[in-house]
Amino acid sequence: MSDDDFWAALRRTTQSRIGLGRAGDTMALGDVLAFRAAHAQARDAVHVPVDVDALVADLESRGLGTPLLVASKVADRGEYLRRPDLGRQPRDLEHLPRDTGADIGIVLADGLSGQALTDHAPALVAALVERLTPRYSLAPLVVATNARVALGDHVGAHLGVETLLVLVGERPGLSVPSSLGIYLTHHPRPGRRDSERNCVSNVHPPDGLDHAHAARIVDALVAGARDLGESGVRLKDTSRSLDAAADGPAALS
Amino acid sequence: MTVFRQTLGPTTYTFGHLVELMAKASPRRSGDELAGCAAETDAERAAAQWALADVPLDLFLTELLVPAETDDVTRLVLEQHDAAAYRQISHLTVGGLRDWLLDTVTRDDAADRLAGIRWALTPEMVAAVSKLMRNQDLVTVARAVQVTTAFRTTVGLPGRLSTRLQPNHPTDDPRGITAATLDGLLLGAGDAVIGINPATDSPQAVSDLLHLLDDVRQRYEIPTQSCVLTHVTTSIGLIEAGAPVDLVFQSIAGTQGANEGFGVTIDLLREANEAARSLRRGTVGDNVMYLETGQGSVLSADAHLGTEGRPVDQQTLEARAYAVARDLDPFLINTVVGFIGPEYLYDGKQVVRAGLEDHFCAKLLGLQMGADVCYTNHTEADQDDMDVLLTLLAAARVGFVICVPGADDVMLGYQSLGFHDALYARDLFGTRPAPEFEEWLTRCGLMSESGRVLPVDPSTSVLRTLGAGA
Repeated sequence: MSDDDFWAALRRTTQSRIGLGRAGDTMALGDVLAFRAAHAQARDAVHVPVDVDALVADLESRGLGTPLLVASKVADRGEYLRRPDLGRQPRDLEHLPRDTGADIGIVLADGLSGQALTDHAPALVAALVERLTPRYSLAPLVVATNARVALGDHVGAHLGVETLLVLVGERPGLSVPSSLGIYLTHHPRPGRRDSERNCVSNVHPPDGLDHAHAARIVDALVAGARDLGESGVRLKDTSRSLDAAADGPAALS
Repeated sequence: MTVFRQTLGPTTYTFGHLVELMAKASPRRSGDELAGCAAETDAERAAAQWALADVPLDLFLTELLVPAETDDVTRLVLEQHDAAAYRQISHLTVGGLRDWLLDTVTRDDAADRLAGIRWALTPEMVAAVSKLMRNQDLVTVARAVQVTTAFRTTVGLPGRLSTRLQPNHPTDDPRGITAATLDGLLLGAGDAVIGINPATDSPQAVSDLLHLLDDVRQRYEIPTQSCVLTHVTTSIGLIEAGAPVDLVFQSIAGTQGANEGFGVTIDLLREANEAARSLRRGTVGDNVMYLETGQGSVLSADAHLGTEGRPVDQQTLEARAYAVARDLDPFLINTVVGFIGPEYLYDGKQVVRAGLEDHFCAKLLGLQMGADVCYTNHTEADQDDMDVLLTLLAAARVGFVICVPGADDVMLGYQSLGFHDALYARDLFGTRPAPEFEEWLTRCGLMSESGRVLPVDPSTSVLRTLGAGA
């Protein structure tokens, strides 16, 4: 078996840059140039604003309703990167319903990758709705632009939801341009600490977590948070031990 | 409260408190600008550094930057302070300490003398002196400090450079993690730790990964240790459940509030340290904690205000995290220097400076400080900046660096060093992996007697069966 065949088999299991060729002790030029190209594309992706119209149209076409739009206090992408404090604060929430009493609220935040939102949020929301309703009531969907995770605390408190899910675009990596993270905060309110949230990261099928599996983990976390009366470090994801382990996490056919 | 004044040309600058002076004397970085405590101009920064040079070290023991009444890290700093050892340097100013350090490194007994003031120094004193030092000063002093820790390998010996092999995968797929582990081992990486950042904090998933790594270690008789970087409470639970936990990981920071943001207290960390030690899994040593820190984490947690509600600069807060760290006598600690984002360290220049500061401060305080030489895609940096920082840290005899396949972490979405980069640094400075691991690499035919990682055919190597499960 040649080196190439050996690594080709392994590359089916990971996007990692394994088995690179060597020039002396360092990387072969082709790999260096490929890395540079990927870096250039990833840097460009950070500055592309989310295509809100496309996102809304996709959500509507799936029968998920028309989301309410919220902007942070940030003026543009450049300020978004420099001023995380402003990205955590909504400009105005008055057009959102107050105190809905819903069990769960869902906020779609562009974060560092608007593309992740347009690529994965509609299908993920559909999977969440399928998994969580009608057992739980849902507040109207909210799309937040130039937003960081903690902006959701303001939205969740305003909507008066029991548990808040923020679906946020994660840092674009070299090999993974669009990945979503899900942050769960029980009893959301401004000032919540990171230790009071739970995170499910790397939702980006086919290489990352798929939408249905992510929804299953969220379902278990919501139930756990309601039992415990809180989210965060004391709440552990037990979905794995609850599942019949026939289709473990590696089975991403 | 002392007020500081410094005249520069026609202007007299006033600094109302030691907290303010420290912040204004810090080399420029975006995080201090975000916190509103940075110098307004380059001239004000230069004036602040001048004034800071004249501050007696004694002042740091009475004018606390973060109040002891409300912050347990401050109380720990004061408890740790060794008054007897301090008498060697108690007459010095911050500027005097800078000269003392640079004079000391020229002596034959530099390592012993530097070890002798480890507990005489507080994190604030070390942060202060670093603000007066140029990059070369940070390198040359850190290079003279020797810190050795051990578990199944010994890290930090002279002539050694160790690596953390980081085989992350977005879904924790055991086949993908195994493939990345194989890639790293074939390139001579993994003697500090094989450490996975799990995609979820699920105890079951973490347990599966621990078993995966421990099985690999035992099957190939690799002298190293594994770690799954999950929250400390998850590790404690897994220790109780009998999972094979070598090292306990936790992110820590420099104020009580920031640590609460991470969901930890000093007592909880001590409990984890004892629990892992009680397993007695180490063979050549019993350091069991693996800690990560990074400038900006305290501001990110909005827990950065100190005395009189004044913002404390991020580099001083980072140094205070080392008080928490050294309380635990950890096996490894590293700064995730470029990971936290451009709002704290804007570009390559700021990342390089911060990496050298963190390494210098932690080592002087007695820690096995490594680095994740890294950056994110929204930071103004690239691999050239990483080459600079790696070269400087290797010159400063850093204990270990983090490496991932091809420098691209496909789970965390950022760039660290590649396994090849460690070969470059080892070749440049004639360093080798930890002795226990080097012996294994040589025995397996992966490394030559002269210390070169050989280009072996993976399908005929002793590790070939690691690739068979894919």
